[in-house]
Amino acid sequence: MSDLLGKNYINCEKGLWSWLTTLDHKRIGIMYLIAIVFFAFLGAVFSLILRYELFSAGKDFLTALQYNKVMTYHGAIMTFMVLVPGIPAVLGNILLPLQIGAKDVAFPRLNLLSWYLLILGAAIAIISLFTTGVDTGWTFYAPYSTGSAQSGTIFVVLGAFVMGLASILTGLNFIATIHQLRAKGMTFMRMPLFVWGLYATSIIQIVATPVVGITLLLLVAERVLGVGVFDPKLGGDPILFQHFFWFYSHPVVYLMVLPGMGVISEVVTAFSKKVIFGYKAIVYASVAIAGVGFLVWGHHMFVSGQSDWAGVLFSFITMFVGIPTAVKIFNWMTTLYKGSIEFRTPLLFALGFLFVFAIGGLTGLFLATLSTDMHFHDTYFVVAHFHYTMVGGAVMAVFAGLFYWWPKICGRMYNELQGQIGFAFVFIGFNVTFFPQFILGAMGMPRRYFDYLPEFEHLHAVSTVGSTIVNTGMVILFVVLYRAWKYGEIAGDNPWNATTLEWQTTSPPPHENFTKEMKVTGGPYDYA
Amino acid sequence: MFRLFFISIFSLFSQLAYSKKSVFMPPEASVYARDADQLYSFILNVSAVAFVLIILIIAYFGIKYRRKTLNDKTPNMSHNFALEVVWTIIPALIFFFMFGWGWKLWNQARHSPNGALEIFAEGQKWSWSFNYKSGRTSTNVVYVPVNKPVKFILSSKDVIHSLFLPAFRKKQDAVPGRYTSLWIQPNKEGEYYIFCAEFCGTGHSEMIAKLKVVSFKEYAKWLSNDPYKGLSLSAIGKKTFKTSCVACHSSDSTRKIGPGFGGLWGSTKQFTNNKSALVDETYIRESILNPNAKIVKGFPKGVMPTFKGQLSEKQIRGLVEYIKDLKE
Repeated sequence: MSDLLGKNYINCEKGLWSWLTTLDHKRIGIMYLIAIVFFAFLGAVFSLILRYELFSAGKDFLTALQYNKVMTYHGAIMTFMVLVPGIPAVLGNILLPLQIGAKDVAFPRLNLLSWYLLILGAAIAIISLFTTGVDTGWTFYAPYSTGSAQSGTIFVVLGAFVMGLASILTGLNFIATIHQLRAKGMTFMRMPLFVWGLYATSIIQIVATPVVGITLLLLVAERVLGVGVFDPKLGGDPILFQHFFWFYSHPVVYLMVLPGMGVISEVVTAFSKKVIFGYKAIVYASVAIAGVGFLVWGHHMFVSGQSDWAGVLFSFITMFVGIPTAVKIFNWMTTLYKGSIEFRTPLLFALGFLFVFAIGGLTGLFLATLSTDMHFHDTYFVVAHFHYTMVGGAVMAVFAGLFYWWPKICGRMYNELQGQIGFAFVFIGFNVTFFPQFILGAMGMPRRYFDYLPEFEHLHAVSTVGSTIVNTGMVILFVVLYRAWKYGEIAGDNPWNATTLEWQTTSPPPHENFTKEMKVTGGPYDYA
Repeated sequence: MFRLFFISIFSLFSQLAYSKKSVFMPPEASVYARDADQLYSFILNVSAVAFVLIILIIAYFGIKYRRKTLNDKTPNMSHNFALEVVWTIIPALIFFFMFGWGWKLWNQARHSPNGALEIFAEGQKWSWSFNYKSGRTSTNVVYVPVNKPVKFILSSKDVIHSLFLPAFRKKQDAVPGRYTSLWIQPNKEGEYYIFCAEFCGTGHSEMIAKLKVVSFKEYAKWLSNDPYKGLSLSAIGKKTFKTSCVACHSSDSTRKIGPGFGGLWGSTKQFTNNKSALVDETYIRESILNPNAKIVKGFPKGVMPTFKGQLSEKQIRGLVEYIKDLKE
């Protein structure tokens, strides 16, 4: 970092040790970013291996067991090590205190501890690669996971447990920060929508994560000590595991997508230079999604053997999640109306989010409806649906946020053309990869198949080509961001003329964010 | 690779343009499948219209309100209560209509009519075995009469499996420790796939069975006939191999999930406990009934389930004779 940028959080201390012991939320955010980019790279390598194995029917270069391990690692890494910590821990850490005008989060030491817990958990999970590995799928369904699955399962499950602790502490920290450290005059209804997204997410982290933590420990207890909880041979109930698991793992998809929606709200307003339409509606929709999200886990289990009535209730409640989601999409659309729209990379990602997330949401209707789900459950339709919501939701939003805030984070501007090329690769590649999978699912191709019938081959080939394009795009985007950090032009404090608090300090911000105390007198998006 | 890519895109669009059945769905083999597809088509059409509208509106705004100057003035539209109420209620009505329709079909799908023909279906790694009330059993193939309600009573010997009949738009998990059920009423004769839809381990994608829908006469004939009548022991073994073993073993020396059977007879096998044994009748019988007693080097423990109670003595003897005949 040259002197051109003045004294800031990056150059105020030097050396690796100063990073590893830092309590500065921005530095911790950067460390999360580096760790998660590494994990995402691992997860992407696994995804490419499995896509190329599936390129043509029949066995190609993996055995069935190896395929199952690759499929499991892809899912477990992407869920527990990339998506769950992704937006909250990277963008949330860097931006939350800045957006509410605070010096740091409420508990800086706890914040650093969360990072070390994530690394510890990830290390435990990755150690399993050097044992027999894990072949359960990321869902760890009992009694397969507690019985005949590979013994590396224990490591991954314990790793996920430790990473869960990191997630709980981050949520706790954010809630305390939002309640205690807002600038003078910033009422709850004046908070930026990204902060609201993080608030809703933190509630899910605190309430849901302990449940999965205990479930994972019970799984290990059954597997190692023979305590009968889930396996009917030991007097347990395998469907109980599914209830416990989805009680966390359904809200967790909102954990991934809610802060992403927050990012989209910030980006859409900044690049249409217009106040957000329906601020309160978006706030209530976020909280509603987080709340109702706890009551719909059974829609993963319509054909699991749970009672028919439970299925009816869960289908009914699930429809309530669709409503606030639709409302949010309408709000973003209307924000564009009569705006002054500038097509920069962050906005392209935000519009890409709307495109992809609309498909993800609408295909959710097929799965929420009881009788159609009987056909689509556990087929490629589900695989396509959750990649559209989670990759579309989270990854598009992560890139929208990274490109939007990058000038704030490192003080330098990325290359616009290169950013747009990267977007094109990711957007086109993503749709080419996953759209054919909807069709495969409708045709009846079950998920987690190492081999498949010849009639599915064409669409699998298309999907594999797409996965190559999307991964190329990811590499391009990270190179663009890295080059901006190293060689980018000086961006200035507020290159987008945005109105939220983080743009009123210098870029990059100084160690404690603001040189004077911030006062808030109006809403977050005063563009008019 | 790119050639295949373009051919695939083309075949996809031609399928879309010329198909008369529900878009992307497999053929319908029951009245319920047709009903379920009607709901599917309804959701598909509503979704497609909604999606196209959303994208058109965004594109229109994007073009019309593109930034002209840095000082463009934008209106201060913070909300519009009436508009927001309307766009909350309309999706809600549509969603709950879908829910209601789905619920109605769900009730039909979940309650089998009285007098349905009942067949026990048990999943195990990695095959389905079917048990008729007459005592007739079969593995990975099940015959049912056309136009009669048939109820499968599902269970599992080991982990969770799921009986998936794409042509009937139904699936149901088979859970160890309890019974679940699934019923169909086929209205077309033919052969249909049964997939396992719940991940069950290494051979999950090999766990494919066939449902044969035949006339009542043919069904009755199949039910009463002894499948092994007049066959040599080795031929019985071959038949058994094709239904019960082929998911994991080959008839030559190729390795699948387990070792190949070709050239097995009379060879000496090295085990993980550093002992070895000659492949003879006793070894084959033990490997079928207690497969984890001796594990061949290079193969993981605990993969093969026991076939105790599933194969008859005649079938086991048949397999021994069949393996004797197999060359590398």
